[in-house]
Amino acid sequence: MAKQLVLGAVAYDAKVVPIWEGFKAYFEAAGLPFDYILFSNYERQVEAHLRGEVDVAWNSPLAWLEAERAAIKRGRTAEAIAMRDTDCDLTSVVLVKADGQVRETADLRGKRIGVGADDSPQATLIPLLALAEAGVEGAVVRHDVLPGKHGDHIGGERDAVKALLAGTVDAACVIDGNRLAFTREGLFGPSALRVILQTAPYDHCNFTVLDGGPSSIGRFRELLLAMSYEDPRVRPLLDMEGLKVWKPGRTSGYALLERAIDRYKTIEPWLAQLS
Amino acid sequence: MTLDLGDLGLDEGAHLLIKRALARDPTVTVRGSSATLGIDLPAWARAQGHSVSAHGGTFVLSRGPDRWSGAERAGAVGAPEARAPAHWGLAARGALVERGAPELDLPLSTRSEVWADEAARLYAQAAAAQWDPATAIPWDAPIDHPDEVEDAVVQVMTYLIENETAALLVPARFLGRIHPHFREVMQLLAIQAADEARHIEIFTRRAHLRRDVLGLSTAGGQASLASLFEEPDFAIASFLLSVLGEGSFLSLLWFLREHAPDQCTREVARFSAQDEARHVAFGLAHLQRHVTEDPQLRERLAAAIGRRHASLAHTAGLNAEVFDALILLAAGSWDPAALRRGHAAVVDLQRAMDDGRKQRLSRLGFAPDQAAALSALHTRNFM
Repeated sequence: MAKQLVLGAVAYDAKVVPIWEGFKAYFEAAGLPFDYILFSNYERQVEAHLRGEVDVAWNSPLAWLEAERAAIKRGRTAEAIAMRDTDCDLTSVVLVKADGQVRETADLRGKRIGVGADDSPQATLIPLLALAEAGVEGAVVRHDVLPGKHGDHIGGERDAVKALLAGTVDAACVIDGNRLAFTREGLFGPSALRVILQTAPYDHCNFTVLDGGPSSIGRFRELLLAMSYEDPRVRPLLDMEGLKVWKPGRTSGYALLERAIDRYKTIEPWLAQLS
Repeated sequence: MTLDLGDLGLDEGAHLLIKRALARDPTVTVRGSSATLGIDLPAWARAQGHSVSAHGGTFVLSRGPDRWSGAERAGAVGAPEARAPAHWGLAARGALVERGAPELDLPLSTRSEVWADEAARLYAQAAAAQWDPATAIPWDAPIDHPDEVEDAVVQVMTYLIENETAALLVPARFLGRIHPHFREVMQLLAIQAADEARHIEIFTRRAHLRRDVLGLSTAGGQASLASLFEEPDFAIASFLLSVLGEGSFLSLLWFLREHAPDQCTREVARFSAQDEARHVAFGLAHLQRHVTEDPQLRERLAAAIGRRHASLAHTAGLNAEVFDALILLAAGSWDPAALRRGHAAVVDLQRAMDDGRKQRLSRLGFAPDQAAALSALHTRNFM
């Protein structure tokens, strides 16, 4: 039997199983032997990747930087080979109550800032960096849902908004698209909250490979990029994973997060303990 | 094209205007004055797979991949297709069906197997003719016949309940196997099952009016019904149940309407006979169509009667208690002259059932002698 290409993914939700089972069937049908391993947190996944236990990792932006920096530390290289169309050019926004006392960003100085999980690029690290670079630092109130999953679970952002509505924080940080999603859910009305700050665009997840990986990675990438939303056999997989088109990977969209983790030394303890 | 959203935000429904514009034109320039348009529009477009670029205060959207590419219309709303593919699934007839929908196991998927042009009319008639058992039946009408005549009524009701239970379950089992593209047939079978549910209710209530226990249920009667219940072929099951069984039951219900000793029982029979007549009409209509399209079906139907007769040969057929109960019920008393009249009425009933079966068989194209032979082989349990 030809050697299987092994993918690593983090199980941030039960739907992760049908997603990767579906991809497995798709790759196998196309003649690419494929399997996957699920991890409970990104750090364990990156470590397994470094040990060669997986060939390609579906990484959060923070996990990408972890993999890249750990690889550099070992004289190796990491590459982002593909990403979703929906991973490109996200922004985060800082919300405040429309009828509250916070009128501009500077008013948040020293106030309670509701964020998502400690390790969430989109709901914590990047918006806090944007506030800090605007000269604003406050008391950070975290809404940790599933630590180690880098904020993949939307629950942390929802909890931050609930806290803002309840008045236990003065601002809440969420992804731009989740602001719309929360209004659709009826969590708040269109005029209840105001956007006081929008971050610069940044990128989200990517498929990461390390140097020395198997040649089948090329075929894996080809097959990914060939998936068409108009093909009814693969459309359910793309819907579940939240994209219309796979795009070639790029790493130009991680600069904000790099600045954030440098500022907050987010991954230093983890990087230091790597043998 | 250019779309001006005014002050309507994407958090207030503006996406409908954008979707409508993109359906007409693959590239749309959008502008608006909502405070969060610059945040919401790129986020919404990203999630939808549309590309977006900002030019000052305006945004240019280009339509992304289309979920509806290759979608197929599930026939025309007015009339069914000859064959309904499994991938149309539960979609309404005439709907545009996205490719990739799950394929359901709906084996009765050809018009020739299930369709009758009369289905829509019969369904409409059935829907209009639904009646309320609580008010339609004179439950308080006097019952002043002798106790043993009441026992006979209870025995006949017990027998009717058992048979109507089969008449509910048999179409209900096929209902889940008929492709819903044949909507009118599905609706008709559903209302037929509801009819039978109501019949079971009124027969039970009539039996229970003066008695706390019901009558007898025989192994032979149940064997006859089991052979209907287990029939896997829709055409054969319709033939045995609706054309022959319910057809014979019509005669029985008319008999009860005429000879029952109390008004309540007579009305119970009258109302249920109205419904049963529709069931027989549909069975006949779709089998007439089916036989025209597939003349060999007639031989299969004839063979099915023979098979059923052979399989029930070892059973007693109609239980003697039901037969005797019908005589006593029609007699209304133990008076010998009355019993003679009752007996003659039951003999006439059996002749009427036989005549009715022969007439319906001839409508399906059976020659008179073959119809007579087949009618004689019909189960002695009537249903």
